Amino acid sequence: MTKNEIFPKMTEAIVAGDRKAARELAEEAVSAGLDLPEVIEKGYVPGIQKVGELWEQGEYFLPELISSAEAMKAAMAVLEPELNRKGVGARMAGKIVIGTVEGDIHDIGKNLVASMLQAGGFEVFDLGADVKLERFIETAEAVGAGMICLSALLTTTMVNQRRLIALLRDKGLRDKYKVLVGGAPASRKWAEEIGADGYAENAVAAVKLAKSLAGHS
Amino acid sequence: MIETKKPKLELLPAALVEQIVDESMTLLERHGVMVENAEALGLLAGAGADVDLGSERVRIGRKLVQDCLATTPAAVTLYDRKGSRAFTVGGDEVHFDPGSAAVTLLDHVTQTERKATTSDVVDMYKLVETLEHIHFQSTALIASDVPGAVADAFRLYLGLLLSEKPFVTGTFRVEGFGPMKDLLAAVRGGEGALRAKPLAIFDACPSPPLKWSNLTTQSLIDAARAGIPSELISMGMTGATSMSTIAGTLVQHVAENLSGLVICQLAGRGAPVIFGGSPSSFDMRKGTTPMGAMETMMIDAGYAQIGKSLKLPTHAYMALSDAKVNDPQAGFETALGAVIGALAGVNVISGPGMLDFESCQSLEKLVIDDGICAMVYRLLDGIAQRDDPIALGTFEGFAPGMSFLTHPHTRQWYRKEHIPAGLVDRDPYEAWVTAGRTSIVDKAHADVARRLGRYAAPQLDEAVRKELDRIMGDYGRASGAGDWKPPVL
Repeated sequence: MTKNEIFPKMTEAIVAGDRKAARELAEEAVSAGLDLPEVIEKGYVPGIQKVGELWEQGEYFLPELISSAEAMKAAMAVLEPELNRKGVGARMAGKIVIGTVEGDIHDIGKNLVASMLQAGGFEVFDLGADVKLERFIETAEAVGAGMICLSALLTTTMVNQRRLIALLRDKGLRDKYKVLVGGAPASRKWAEEIGADGYAENAVAAVKLAKSLAGHS
Repeated sequence: MIETKKPKLELLPAALVEQIVDESMTLLERHGVMVENAEALGLLAGAGADVDLGSERVRIGRKLVQDCLATTPAAVTLYDRKGSRAFTVGGDEVHFDPGSAAVTLLDHVTQTERKATTSDVVDMYKLVETLEHIHFQSTALIASDVPGAVADAFRLYLGLLLSEKPFVTGTFRVEGFGPMKDLLAAVRGGEGALRAKPLAIFDACPSPPLKWSNLTTQSLIDAARAGIPSELISMGMTGATSMSTIAGTLVQHVAENLSGLVICQLAGRGAPVIFGGSPSSFDMRKGTTPMGAMETMMIDAGYAQIGKSLKLPTHAYMALSDAKVNDPQAGFETALGAVIGALAGVNVISGPGMLDFESCQSLEKLVIDDGICAMVYRLLDGIAQRDDPIALGTFEGFAPGMSFLTHPHTRQWYRKEHIPAGLVDRDPYEAWVTAGRTSIVDKAHADVARRLGRYAAPQLDEAVRKELDRIMGDYGRASGAGDWKPPVL
């Protein structure tokens, strides 16, 4: 298959949320020796962009969104080792540490945001749920992340989003990271109040926000 | 006289009920259920279930399920604190209790949710005590000023001091069961008396799909041994933690509840079990669990019908709303749920007062919802034949110009046939304007204050009171709740 043939198929596989096709097309691209950054850029990324549009138009719902993110993950699982082998960084968008703050075990929304960020080209370090605040910072320091995303579903645990920002300040690290907050009780107002760098109301908006904060459009 | 027809809603054809039950039993047999509790695994293995201790997966044969169904009572009778008023939970009897366990209270003045405190919980119990159509209390609010280690028993303790109604409650920690049982037994005068006259129902929720956690399993076992009714609260979310189809969700729901029922029966043969739930349609846009969705109510009515076919008492989280304030959505979702649940013959309907996906309680909503419950009970009473002939006798001697308003027949029957308006607005327009265009929410707020002012604590024997204080104090110390002491009421 030529590039002009395979790229639309890749896009289509992502839009359809077809994990198997996304993976097989990636394998095909590798064995054909195609330029892999171009494969990602012109084959897969347009797919996830289209998915974002369909979500915003109210055409796509969570099952479609998650399936597409999973398909993107499947393709990247094939492409990333190849890129690493060639010494080319695949994740151009940046590194993000994400998790649900301590005391809170809800992770459906956080998982979704993590998947979409990953699909959006970020390298995502998902710490899971009920994550100790120190761990967010330790991980971000260790992997060289630029952003920390905090989820909370309870009004009783959302205060930990504020505490993390204070903790960063205490350690003299506040300016080093962009801190994004989300979850049912969070809001734009809350983000401003606690001095976070941003708030997004859903996974698609979170990717947009992360990209703009990271300096990508 | 022709017998009054009891209105009834059945969504499922008999053949579908049969297939759902059949598939759920096959599911338990083939796929099994996870049980994260060693004692329950031992009981199940002892009864011949196929237990894999490593994975904690249990495959339960159909015969065992059927044996356990056969020993589960078809009805539970709860008694009030005095032990005199009996409430049958079974058949098509319907009882409402406030939706539990909210973490916030809607503040009427600011119209925002805030954390609940002990004094809110006190108000809530007092208010519910005055609400005629809400038969049971529930431990409906969690006070933020109470240490988590004693929160489960403390909310029951407070309730038992302030109310005579039976309770729907549950544990937050395995250690919570002992003191909670002791509190109930203290009111009754011993565990035997509590067994004979249950005062509270304990909720226990499996984790969908097909898993019982250690905490909830232990609650099932402990309650069964004490003769305390367990309410099985299966709660699949369509398309997230259960199949997206309603019928598919029902199969899982029935399988989860039946596995809980088996654990109860193995812990104590004849233990009272209520076939309940809090499933929901899953919102594929917001990732939320709307209790006011029509599909949620359809799942509820569906499993209630199946529970009845298995000759079990039933429960559902209905008559509640996902609205954040007492707006039209709060009213219509609550009323739809109350009507559908009652017509489906759900025995315990948990919901009144509740907003925001089971997370918030509102005192104003409670009194509005009490009015909804009153209407629902009227509906359930059906249309009766009061006279024979129905009308011909009354029309004898009825002359032009006569009115029914002054007819003796009207005085004889209107109070039985019609219920008062309560808080609902039935003013003519001008009167409504003159009275200040008051909304039902404002009227409800005034009614809350009126009711709280009128509340008088039902009398409690001094020795019992002391025993309740002692149990609560001991639990506080044993749980390491620090300097916390139960407040003096």
